[in-house]
Order: sequence, then C-alpha cells, then structure tokens
Amino acid sequence: MDDVDVDDREPSGTPVGRRIVLGMLGLGAAGVAVGASLQDRVSETLSPIGAPFQDVLPAAGGFRYYSVVDEVPRRDPRSHRITVGGLVERPRSFGMADLAALPQTRLTRDFQCVTGWRVRDVAWAGVALPDLLDAVGVSPRARAVRFESFDGAYTESLTLEQARRRDVLVATQMQGGPVSHDHGGPTRLLVAPMYGYKSLKWLGGIEVTDRVIPGYWERRGYDVDAWVGRSNGRDDAPT
Amino acid sequence: MHHATALLMLGCLATALTLYVPGLSTAVGRRDLIRSLHLWCGFALPVPVLLGLASRAFRADLRRLNRFGPHDMEWLRRADRRAVRRVGGLERGVVPVGKFNAGQKLNAAFTAGAILVMLGTGAMLAFPDPWPVDVRTGATFVHDWLFLIVAVVTAGHLWYALRDRGALLGMATGRVDRAWAARHHPAWLDAVEGAVEGAVEGAVEGAPTPPGPASAAERDA
Repeated sequence: MDDVDVDDREPSGTPVGRRIVLGMLGLGAAGVAVGASLQDRVSETLSPIGAPFQDVLPAAGGFRYYSVVDEVPRRDPRSHRITVGGLVERPRSFGMADLAALPQTRLTRDFQCVTGWRVRDVAWAGVALPDLLDAVGVSPRARAVRFESFDGAYTESLTLEQARRRDVLVATQMQGGPVSHDHGGPTRLLVAPMYGYKSLKWLGGIEVTDRVIPGYWERRGYDVDAWVGRSNGRDDAPT
Repeated sequence: MHHATALLMLGCLATALTLYVPGLSTAVGRRDLIRSLHLWCGFALPVPVLLGLASRAFRADLRRLNRFGPHDMEWLRRADRRAVRRVGGLERGVVPVGKFNAGQKLNAAFTAGAILVMLGTGAMLAFPDPWPVDVRTGATFVHDWLFLIVAVVTAGHLWYALRDRGALLGMATGRVDRAWAARHHPAWLDAVEGAVEGAVEGAVEGAPTPPGPASAAERDA
C-alpha cells in the first residue's frame, strides 16, 4: 500500500484517528455498563421539564408510541361501541354511556414496557373486566378471553383467571381525562400487572373463548403470560 | 464505497427517526417492517468499508485519515484556516493540507467509532437473550444518545458538503480541478504533481470529502 501513496506528508504523524475510534469503543462499553443508572437519573432530571423534550430526548419520561399498522382509524366516542360475545349468556355491545353506568374502578400504577421504559404513577379509570364479564354472564365452558382492536390488526388474550383480576380494566379514562386516540382511546384494555403489549389499545371487541389464542406480539416470540418482572427474561420491579 | 455507506447510514437514521420520534411513529406506524429495515441497514453498514479494505487505494486513504501531522493541529487551531495566498497565478491554501483536512479526519474517525458502537449495542438490542436487564438498558442508553450525536454530526457533514461545489463534483465524478485542489488541499496537489505531471486525478474513493462539523465548530469559534 506504500507505492500508491504519493502524499508523503501524511503517512507519518500521530495516529489520532485510531485513538478516537478506540476511545469511542471504550466510552461505548462504559456507557453500556453504567447506562442503566445514568438513564434513570436523566429521566428524573428531565421528567419535570416535560412535553417539549419528550419528542427529542431519549426516554425523558413518558410513553413511547409503537404502532404495528400504518394508520388507526379514529372512533367518535359518541358512536363508539365495544362488542362482548363468544361463550357468554347475553352477548351485547356497550357504548361509552353503558360503560359509565357500570361500577367504576380507579387505579394508579406504573406502566412498564417490555422494551424497558416505564412511566410512573399513571392514573386509570374504567370498568374492571370481571364486572363487565358479570354483566354478560360467562358460560361454564369458558377458559379464556380474547381482545381485538377495532381496526382488526391487533389481538391479545388472557386466561379467564387473569381476566377476573380487579386490576384488569376496560379503561375509559387516563390521567383524569378521556383516553386520547394516541393512547388507544376511546376504550383500551389495561392489564396493570403485565407488560404494556398486553394492554391492547383501541379496544373494539371482547370474545370469551374455550382456550387462550396467542395475540399479535405473542406470535412473534413474546410471552403469553406477561407478568412484569417474571416473564420475557426481564426482572423489572412488579407494577 | 462512500456512497454505499452514506446510503445505509441515511437508511439507519431515517428508520431510527420513525421508530423513535413519537410524532413520526404515530404518522408512519408499521413498526414490524420499519424495525426490519433498520436492522438490515444497520448490519449492512460496515460491509462497504470491509469490502473496501481489499483496495490498496482505499487502505492508503485510511492511513491518510488516521495520521495527524503538525499541519492538522495548525488547521484546527487557526481561525483563518481557509485563507488563500496567490502564488504564481494560483490561489493556494495557507495551511499545507494534504488529501484530507483535519476536520475530515475527525469526521471519518468519529463515524468509524460510531458505526462500531452502534453495531455492538444494536446487536445486543436485536438479540437481547444473553444479556442481563441492566446491560440491555445500558445498551439502549448508549444507542439512544449516540444516535442523537450521529444525527447532528451527519447533518453537519451534509451542511458543509452541500455548500462546496468542488467537493460535491469530486465526490460525484472522482475528479477535482486544479484550482480547487490548490485552494483546499495544496500539499496533496504538490504531492500528486510531483509524482505525475498533469491534471489532478483520483480514484473514485480518492476524491476528498468535505469536512465534518468538528472543523465547523472550530471555525465558528
């Protein structure tokens, strides 16, 4: 490689380029080692600053938006209804007013994504799933509950036992207001003790079934029983 | 070589933005597809450089980029590093810059280091099973923040490139004219003219690239 090198000023001198590359590799490795605690501190520092930075800075506190389709149609809350069917005694659909007439459950929990981000103390309100199931009457043959988004693209499911937990909601409110479209409104599922992908957004249909049918991400390798801290190879603090 | 790397880098950055900026994620969606595109661009990113290592001219360029001489320190320090002096009817740069100026060298080193770190942390995120959670979070941290820096540096690189017509022509055709070389890379001109009588010609990889933002920061200071 020497004989094409016509620029004799260059070959000598300090190998600064190599040092920069090696230095960056070292910094990168150090960043991987201490990044977890650093990121926590960064999030805590930035989260009070809020919205203007959340779009730009990494995990400056807040939700990240993961969509698997190109666009989700919007639903007008006034005409929006969710259907409840399958192995139930009285299949029917519920509008927002019907949901509001059922007993309301409020809970405030951390929201944990399987990719690592966590939003602290999110306030939810809506109908606890067991109350909704009682309103339609579950058949003795039922073993599981399947959920579908109203664009038909995303599905989830729970065992009947999981679906009967008091911390599983058909959420109609989030942080004191209606659930916005980007957060999965008008109605979304909230499975508080599990990773976020279980909390299906844009809930349109609930079907009681005789077995668990794996949902969208579960057919792509994620755990069906997605307990926070006890699944997907993660050990986050339970929510 | 440069163009393949540039295309893959822009592919990585564009898909990264749609995965990462909530506003864009909301508008584009299709997370599964964008994620696959991002992984393919990312893992392909070092391939053009590795293939380039087979070329002797490319290896010589790598060595030029690696070594910093006294004139590089001078170029970084001087506020008037772009100044020219008229010598025998030709405007020559006052700092004896070779084929690459110090800003281009810093940009190349940064980009190489960034590609390796992004590749390492990206591979950890793409295949997370062997890694404990803290290490994965650390990899996410490095991948996220280095992405921001890479985006800024790449934007700076493009800013300087797009404002320099001679450099753009050089990158497109592999040739630069003598006046441009004398103004921006006088020592290179001398070396080439010492070796070959006549016009300045380089291989496609041989055309100088515009300086990166490291030099920009220096110049604005």
